[in-house]
Amino acid sequence: MSDLVIRTRGMTRKFGDVTAVNEVDLEISRGMIYGFLGPNGCGKTTSMRMLTGLLTPTSGELEVLGNTLPRDAENLKYRIGYMTQSFSLYRDLSVRENLQFFSKIFGLGRREEKQRIAELLDLYDLTDLARQRAGSMSGGQRQRLALAAAVLHKPDLLFLDEPTSAVDPESRRDFWEQLFDLSDGGTTIVVSTHFMDEAERCHRIAIMEHGNKRADGTPAELMADMATNVLEIEGDDLRTLRKELTALPQVRSAAQLGARLRVLVSKDIADPEAWFRALPQSKEAQRVSKVRPNLEDVFVTNTGVMPEPVKSEEGSGQ
Amino acid sequence: MRSLRRISAILFKEFMQLRRDRMTFGMIVMIPLMQLLLFGYAINTNVRHIPVALVDHADTGISRILVQTILATQVVDFTEHYDTVEEAQEAITGSRVRAALIIPRDLASRLARSPSIGLGTPPSTSEETSRPVAQWIVDGSDTMIAGAIKSLRAMPLTELLHKPANRSTPTFEVALFFNPEQRTVVNIVPGLVPVILTMTMIMFTSAAIVRESERGNMEMLINTPVKSIELMIGKIIPYIFIGLVQVGIILGLGYVVFNVPFNGGLLPLLGGTLLFIAASLSLGLLFSTLANSQLQAMQMTIFVLMPSILLSGFMFPYEGMPVAAQYIAEVLPATHFMRMIRGIVLRQAELADLQFDALWLAGFFVLGMALAAFRFKKRLD
Repeated sequence: MSDLVIRTRGMTRKFGDVTAVNEVDLEISRGMIYGFLGPNGCGKTTSMRMLTGLLTPTSGELEVLGNTLPRDAENLKYRIGYMTQSFSLYRDLSVRENLQFFSKIFGLGRREEKQRIAELLDLYDLTDLARQRAGSMSGGQRQRLALAAAVLHKPDLLFLDEPTSAVDPESRRDFWEQLFDLSDGGTTIVVSTHFMDEAERCHRIAIMEHGNKRADGTPAELMADMATNVLEIEGDDLRTLRKELTALPQVRSAAQLGARLRVLVSKDIADPEAWFRALPQSKEAQRVSKVRPNLEDVFVTNTGVMPEPVKSEEGSGQ
Repeated sequence: MRSLRRISAILFKEFMQLRRDRMTFGMIVMIPLMQLLLFGYAINTNVRHIPVALVDHADTGISRILVQTILATQVVDFTEHYDTVEEAQEAITGSRVRAALIIPRDLASRLARSPSIGLGTPPSTSEETSRPVAQWIVDGSDTMIAGAIKSLRAMPLTELLHKPANRSTPTFEVALFFNPEQRTVVNIVPGLVPVILTMTMIMFTSAAIVRESERGNMEMLINTPVKSIELMIGKIIPYIFIGLVQVGIILGLGYVVFNVPFNGGLLPLLGGTLLFIAASLSLGLLFSTLANSQLQAMQMTIFVLMPSILLSGFMFPYEGMPVAAQYIAEVLPATHFMRMIRGIVLRQAELADLQFDALWLAGFFVLGMALAAFRFKKRLD
């Protein structure tokens, strides 16, 4: 891999007695889309705020784009873009006025500003909305505007804090297309999410829980290295079966998905299918098969916590 | 250069937001307008036409003439008539009247002996020489009402007998400068300038910065290269203009509607006003770094506004307060500007005449800005 854009050793942040981020080591290379995956309150936002220089770490070494944080935080401002979790542009200004404001703040020249804004309006499909006030736009439109503002000054490193939490699935897909375009252009992107499908699109992810990094790797690596095998069981009384299976020590978790039960069985058992058939409970089951793990399985295996199935604001994220 | 561009960007944005915030925009003009008209007409320390009761035990021609003479002073209006003193007292308790005049049965003989009637000195042997002709019972809880009635105490009654007024030469001659007609409004209108500016300047600036945090804009803003000082300057400049507009409204309307003279020069006025605006804005900025919500910012503003109205000399003379209260009043920028603006507008004072107050405001501004800049961090923790 090429040179490192972000490197942390033992990054820790405490709020009073609460440790929001605990001894996190990160290495993020140039051009990568790196995801923080975790439930609300796991320390994603706090980590991001420390990496942008907004929060002072309680302890640990942080190096971002060659600058030591928090000392050189001000040097970063021209080189990073930050899209906050909640919409943080001016609702009472129009799309164009918002972009004009930030381009002046970032010191773009008059001609450069005009050109760049036209480019961004076109790229993010905002040209028709240029005169509309940001406050009256939909979630997806606001998010495109926020992204446009965050990349206005062509940052080397882009932080996106749960960028798609207020957006419909269609806009989410388009949004990720735009992220890949940016990534291809050489921008390093750090994104936090609690959506599995989003995490799966990242080049590399870190699974976070209670401020600790539980796993780190490419989605494929994480699935391959998982400490469990995945069984899918079809049967009649799945609810009872689920209860009985969860009680077994070899079973990491069991979750019902419609007419199937998805069971994570420890890798200590060499042939999980045979193991299951030998159980007395297997009489209930009609069909058992070992399936390919997905990222949700990785997440559950690494944290023992069910990820948030519904989108919600991460209020306790700091 | 970049710095200037950033400040102008914030400035432009602030004006734009202000223009779209109809409510705030309206308040900028309406607050001074309404308060000027309201206070200009309402506040009057010359108390007139106090409602009082009459208990006339004499009920003679002379007693009715006495009542007419008192009415002619315009100090009181006889709104109630009672037969007994008890009824009059109940009326005072029930706040139907503020005082009652009790005319005794022997009014005529008392009048004859009274020196106020000018019939010459009665024999000194008479015990009743110095007896007053009638009695006022007054609700003395309001000192201003009581004072107005007390002013009737030595009222000459020579007119009662159609004799020419026998005015003796006063001990002192009093020449009233700057407000010879003794109109309260002349003092009130310039005094409104510090009061209204205290309210709007502190409130608008403290709310302006807190609003950025409250709406989440600050999180984005501190991730940009903008510096704290640039943000603060860009934020307060629009309010300096607003403050000047408000001063213009108050003094202009005061001149047109209430005929309050403007004796001083424009330059000292501008200088003094800018100093006060700067001091108030720095206080507003300091509040904005302390408050977490616009509501808190508002509460802090009220905390300063109340003493600025009551202790600054706007309502009650500064000299009448106990020394400890005077020290507190000295801390408030409004007290200093109250002296300055009345001096400039009414007494044609120059800034040099008011240098102590001017220096104090400048010092307040510097200290306030330093504290605000110290408190304002481009971090979230």
